[in-house]
Amino acid sequence: MGENSLRLPSSIDLAPSRRFTETFPEWLHEWVVTVDHKRLGMLYIVYAIFFLLVAGAQAIAIRIQLAFPGNHFLVAQAYNRFFTMHGTTMVFLVGMPILFGFGNYVVPLQIGARDMAYPRLNAFSFWLTAFGGLFLYYSFLGGGGLYGVGTAPDVGWWAYAPLTAKAFSPGHATDYWALALIASGFGTLGTAINIIATVISMRCKGMTMMRLPLFSWLMLVVSSLTLITITPLTAAQIMLVIDRYLGGHFFDTQAGGSAVIWMHFFWIFGHPEVYVLVLPAFAIANEVIPVFSRKAIFGYPAMVAASVGIAFISLSVWAHHMFTVGMTSVSNTFFVLSTMMVGIPTGIKIFNWLATMWGGKIRFATPMLFCTAFLYQFLIAGLTGIMLSVAPWNWQLHNSYFVIAHFHYVLVGAIVFCIFGAIYYWYPKATGRMLDEKLGKWHFWLFLIGFHVTFDTMHFVGILGMPRSIYTYQPDRGWNTLNLIVSSGGIIQGVAVLLFAINLIWSYFYGQEAGNDPWDAWTLEWGTSSPPPPYNFAEDPVVRSRRPLWDLKHPEDPDWEYES
Amino acid sequence: MSAAAGIPAAYPAEWRTPSRGRTAMFALIIAESALFTIFVVAYVFYIGKSLSGPTPRQVLDVPVFATICLLSSSLTIGLAERAIHRNRVGGFALWLGVTICLGLIFLGGTAIEWHKLIYQDGLKIYTNLFGTTYYSLVGLHATHVVIGLTMLLIVFLFTLARRVGEQHAERIGVLAMYWHFVDAVWVVVFTVVYIIGR
Amino acid sequence: MHPICSLPIRSCVVSCLSSALLWMPVGPEATPSTLAPASTPAFEIHALSLFVLSITGCIFLTVAGLLTYVIIKYRTKQADRLSEPAQIYGSTQIELAWTVIPVLIVIVLFLTTARLIFAIQDAPEPESALDVTVIGHQFWWEVRYPKLGIITANELHVPRSSEQAPVPTYLALLSADVDHSFWIPQLAGKTDLIPNHPNATWINPLAPGLYLGQCAQFCGAQHALMLLRVYVDDPDQFSTWVKNQQQPAVEDPRVTEGRQVFETQPCMSCHAIQGTAATGRFGPDLTHLMSRETIGSGAADNNVQNLKGWIRDPASLKRGCLMPAMQLNDQQLDQVTEYLATLR
Repeated sequence: MGENSLRLPSSIDLAPSRRFTETFPEWLHEWVVTVDHKRLGMLYIVYAIFFLLVAGAQAIAIRIQLAFPGNHFLVAQAYNRFFTMHGTTMVFLVGMPILFGFGNYVVPLQIGARDMAYPRLNAFSFWLTAFGGLFLYYSFLGGGGLYGVGTAPDVGWWAYAPLTAKAFSPGHATDYWALALIASGFGTLGTAINIIATVISMRCKGMTMMRLPLFSWLMLVVSSLTLITITPLTAAQIMLVIDRYLGGHFFDTQAGGSAVIWMHFFWIFGHPEVYVLVLPAFAIANEVIPVFSRKAIFGYPAMVAASVGIAFISLSVWAHHMFTVGMTSVSNTFFVLSTMMVGIPTGIKIFNWLATMWGGKIRFATPMLFCTAFLYQFLIAGLTGIMLSVAPWNWQLHNSYFVIAHFHYVLVGAIVFCIFGAIYYWYPKATGRMLDEKLGKWHFWLFLIGFHVTFDTMHFVGILGMPRSIYTYQPDRGWNTLNLIVSSGGIIQGVAVLLFAINLIWSYFYGQEAGNDPWDAWTLEWGTSSPPPPYNFAEDPVVRSRRPLWDLKHPEDPDWEYES
Repeated sequence: MSAAAGIPAAYPAEWRTPSRGRTAMFALIIAESALFTIFVVAYVFYIGKSLSGPTPRQVLDVPVFATICLLSSSLTIGLAERAIHRNRVGGFALWLGVTICLGLIFLGGTAIEWHKLIYQDGLKIYTNLFGTTYYSLVGLHATHVVIGLTMLLIVFLFTLARRVGEQHAERIGVLAMYWHFVDAVWVVVFTVVYIIGR
Repeated sequence: MHPICSLPIRSCVVSCLSSALLWMPVGPEATPSTLAPASTPAFEIHALSLFVLSITGCIFLTVAGLLTYVIIKYRTKQADRLSEPAQIYGSTQIELAWTVIPVLIVIVLFLTTARLIFAIQDAPEPESALDVTVIGHQFWWEVRYPKLGIITANELHVPRSSEQAPVPTYLALLSADVDHSFWIPQLAGKTDLIPNHPNATWINPLAPGLYLGQCAQFCGAQHALMLLRVYVDDPDQFSTWVKNQQQPAVEDPRVTEGRQVFETQPCMSCHAIQGTAATGRFGPDLTHLMSRETIGSGAADNNVQNLKGWIRDPASLKRGCLMPAMQLNDQQLDQVTEYLATLR
């Protein structure tokens, strides 16, 4: 693995010392005041992994409650808070931070820059996001909810009006939801702006836009999409706060206001949001699959075009979450078409990955295992998405467990799998040590089995008529066994994630030394030490193709002779 | 890298990427535009839907003077930019000061208008849909004016303290982009609230 | 949305073919499955879903098959690690091919879907249709038959329809508070009940029996127990039911004390009993309470014991519902329960 790593003049072999020479307060202080994109990236990722465990625990609690009909593990109010917080946490405190964390860490390295365009804004954005999350969780402690846990939000992560009006949600649950997300939303915006400015303005010499590594390209697309994705949510939440505290009537149906307009605003955020979450997963696959297939990505320009296309089209599909609210047949038809259309560039990407692997020499190290599973799972997720886009069928499947199965297939089956792959791929770069391969394989297979036991089964219980957001279900509706199966898969996934957490910690101290380039990869981050020095590169790199390290390793057959 | 393994230096000495300040400000403007768009959509959607209370036609006076001031401030900040590009700090300070004054007049006009609406016409944010959407949209814009004025004032104070020169022209240009954006938003808000919505 | 008794010709052909191939008229099932349609819209949706599933199934088998082939055939053997495979950067023809084919698939799927959207949503309402208004509350269903002068709760009765003499039921959907959703999977897709946004849906049930469903839009604490029962009655059953519902409340002289308790306690402020002084509308109409099989919109079976427990403390059966415990003493409780038990 390490034999092919080159000594590039632009890196200095630091062999970082493992001994902590500072005192604990000094060490802590360094991390708190850091503006180094690598450290902020790791802060984001650690923060996200922490909340992954918390929201995962909430999921396990939900599944214990639903394992049997009429169960008393969680009372109704507590259950409603748990599923609201599970969704809100996973999207805003796990998904967004971890993906922007990877962006933070990898993008400047990949483009040959020393840091992000605005390091202090970077730090500010992280701490603002972190604050938002902690504020959200403070809700568990605050207030005196009637029956359940504190006053955590209990209106669903989508917080439909008028349930969120003061009249129907008199406590502070909704306020925590709105204010925490407004705060963390600003943090997200800051990072998005930073990534855009970095990718556009800080590329090293020779790195034209069409020579950007696809990971960085997609992070640019994601960040641009984020600009117009998060702000509608912020706007809607500001309106909600105005309604709740200043007597506004934005969503006040008694005063002529509209409940439906909340749905429009929320899904104008909500749908592109899931593309904000999934495009980085594609970005990760775009790095891992070529390296482990030993081939360049097939159809780089098409991949760029498809990603940009997905971002644009995704802005026009939002009301496929609203097929049942009574829009006109013409409106429904439009959104059917736009939703089906977004499947086309998405499919193209799958085909391109397939073609990349075709004729390659595939090595199934742990990162590749996760990305291969991603391919199958994302295919299925996309196809169930097409099923859901068929509006009349949607009238049956909407708000049922089929939808939950579909979006968990995307969020877990595609995104979480790619995130695991990314961690196994870039952990050596960040820490200088390999994650244990054996534990990695145990993690993979257990998680794969648990995932499929849970989410394959879940499709069927939805088809059999079980709606979502219910703390219990009737025992004579034939859903009992299926729910039990779904729940048991959750336990298996929990075990797998625990193994992963152990791997992360154990390997930090005892993992195999990684060297610069353990995977024999081709993008610039592998041309510097592991971990990189704070300044990333001793000399600014100059590149001439999409795979600068390939050119160095294969001077007889460099990429620039083939790239158009 | 060019020194190693025989990669010819295939790059012209000129390697230029867009300015990071302008790129970042452009991105911020896009985000803010999306924010304003949602408030504008809400405003337009609720035109004519209030169940009671004062209507726009009854209580809104078109703020012509304030608008002229605000839009002229785009002109004056442009003149200020030109001045600093030519290192004419005095001229810069002058035009920046005029810009700030014009912005303050605009805010004053808004304040007077709101005073009338609240105390004479009885239109508050909780009165009806018109009140809610009007104060939110115009208020959101006014907040951005305040932020912009604060930034301009800070630059103005630094200028008076003789700490601003030609080398800051680019950054001032970035700030000016924000100010132009605030003015452009006013054009939209003005059209929607005082022309279409009345 | 308007109900229809006869769909456009082409859809009829499709549905006839499907029914010949697939559909025996299914009756109600314990599991409210979307795979067991018993009413025209549900049936049409089911037919379309099978068509879509077959297409997506083919796509899955093809692509997953190719993927499996690739990971088996091109997995690296130990000896092969020394050289890199041929680097292929792309191919415009291939990109074109796998763009055009999905576009064609989308066109087919889109056109078949669009056709059914219009057929279900925009078809005209026939004269013979029954009108029902459903108003969603936290956490119960108010059901009114405006032309028949009936007000009840949680359990609808509708007449059985047939191909020859269609009698669809047309439902107007309103809400008194937050968003709800009306979903009986065997009868139709779901439609939301949104305050200040009237909606409509229709069913055309072809087999008699009890069909189950529940609220499908999270509406607060007891969303899970906002259950729904639709009884599809044969014509004579239905008219019997209607006649009974149209009567004012039974006046049984043996339970006057109970009725007094009801009329002097706050019960009246939320509930109505036709023919008495009680005209409250916040809670369900109790005029024919005992003609329903469940209480608390499905929280428990409707019997005297459960009724008593409910009145004593609704939270014991449905924690978080909006009816408070009435703080009655034992005697009052017994009496009012006896009274309510007479309201057939």
